[in-house]
Amino acid sequence: MPEIRINTLKAERNEQALLKGLAQNDSKAVETLYKSHFTMIQHFVENNNGSFDDARDIFQEAMIALYEKVQLDSFVLTCQIKTYLFSICKHLWLKRLHQMGKYSSPLSGQEESISVENDLGLIEKKDAAFAIMDRALNSLGEPCKSLLEGFYLNKKGMQELASQFGYTNADNAKNQKYKCLMRLKKLFFAQYNIGD
Amino acid sequence: MEDIQLLETIEKYLSGELSDQERVQFDVIRQKSADIDQMVVEHKLFLDQMEAYAKRKNVAQTSHQVFSSLLANGEWVPIEAAAPPTKLIQLWSKYKKGIAIAASFGGFVAIFTSIIVMYLSPSLNGSQLLQLSKAVEVIKKNQQAQGYLLNEVKTKVPENAKLISGGSGFLIDTKGYIITNAHVLKGNGAIVINSKGQELNATIIYTDINNDLALLKIEDKDYKQPKTIPYAIRRKISDLGEEIFTLGFPRNDNDIVYGKGYLSAQTGYEGDSSSYQIQISANPGYSGAPIFNSNGELIGVISTRQKLAEGVAFAVKSTEIIEVVNALKLDEKTKNINIKLQRFSSSPSKNRKSQLDNLKNFMYSVRSFN
Repeated sequence: MPEIRINTLKAERNEQALLKGLAQNDSKAVETLYKSHFTMIQHFVENNNGSFDDARDIFQEAMIALYEKVQLDSFVLTCQIKTYLFSICKHLWLKRLHQMGKYSSPLSGQEESISVENDLGLIEKKDAAFAIMDRALNSLGEPCKSLLEGFYLNKKGMQELASQFGYTNADNAKNQKYKCLMRLKKLFFAQYNIGD
Repeated sequence: MEDIQLLETIEKYLSGELSDQERVQFDVIRQKSADIDQMVVEHKLFLDQMEAYAKRKNVAQTSHQVFSSLLANGEWVPIEAAAPPTKLIQLWSKYKKGIAIAASFGGFVAIFTSIIVMYLSPSLNGSQLLQLSKAVEVIKKNQQAQGYLLNEVKTKVPENAKLISGGSGFLIDTKGYIITNAHVLKGNGAIVINSKGQELNATIIYTDINNDLALLKIEDKDYKQPKTIPYAIRRKISDLGEEIFTLGFPRNDNDIVYGKGYLSAQTGYEGDSSSYQIQISANPGYSGAPIFNSNGELIGVISTRQKLAEGVAFAVKSTEIIEVVNALKLDEKTKNINIKLQRFSSSPSKNRKSQLDNLKNFMYSVRSFN
């Protein structure tokens, strides 16, 4: 008996390490998640009116959902990653089938699943914020978009950006960055509700 | 303080780059000025959102890359799934009454519609269908107009040859095999032009007049073989109303053109089961252009347009491409050609712009000459 307990403890610790890896964008952790769980989702989607590409899209969405869940302040995973990913994928796939107007229950090939409505509700807010930022950045135009991405997303220095974008010195680049940032903030806050 | 300096200070303050003394000073300013305090709060929120955006974007990118490389290493093989028959029977017994009513109503609508159609267009026949290959005259005119351009770059069309037809085409195998319409190839010889404007010599391998499909092979030392084809050839019939898009070369300046529409019927002209009816603004020159669904799968090849109805076009089903490839095996001359059709699509389907950017490398303008 003690041996079994040690094994479960070990498995739990592995799962925690994987989630930490996902949060830190570690490609090894992402690879392990794909290798251990994608086949399950592939079979599930392909057996329920979907294609391989659908399975890929759904799984990618579920990975993002899992990532966002790990980011939540209230984060606790009360089940195995496998169960969680399956539950998210099942939910997303049912929704998509419904949108396509396809008859969608009962689904075949059921694994154990849990209710994920609450989580997905929280994650949807993050999806919305992400989409607003994405739209805002994409409607900026160049060179603003690349300049801001270089500074805030890729953490490049002003000097490096100045030479990359052909500004004569870092101060010119700084001025340009400031103008771009003001435009981006305006676009972002036009849609993002602070009180929400 | 100037706005730009203020913002710089706020950013340093938030990221902890200010010295202790500076930070204390700034805290005092914050307490005194509600405006500046508000700016700090707002900017922190914005930077947090930016950070969350950046991190999530990176995770999505990693996830996509990991998936692609595992897929390329053969980690997974897509399987074609079939629904268990029991479910169908259950569904049938549950809904047969509804289906019977729907069917009789459908029959009524069909008869009614065909009466209207017969009344409105008493001479509906083959002449109503306009093949979408570019007319000879148009190409000729183009050649004259752009004569000086053509002379600058040495064309691969043989010197005394006359261009007689043209259209669009696309790669189905990295070795240089291109599918186009049979009616695009009215001459004996052909060249293809890639989306960068480079001309390449091609040979006509096979034509299937019935299905209006033809197979070309690029045979040119300048041809650079891509690693993989990013789109699968769909082996199943597509759904009614499915969103579709196409890339072709309808314009005389040979610029690639994108078009979007939907699948409007699962059969083609006069119920032809080997083609679809599609709603897309198809112009001459779109002949032979591929039709993709939103997953980036290739579902058909544009072929003809109905003369009177603007926007109504027909597309040969992708299953007919598979027929063409199978037919090669039956002929002595072509049986050694080994074409591998892509089973899954790898072009990113989330962002149409980057998808098109990728797909256009596999599209060719086709010219035929005598």
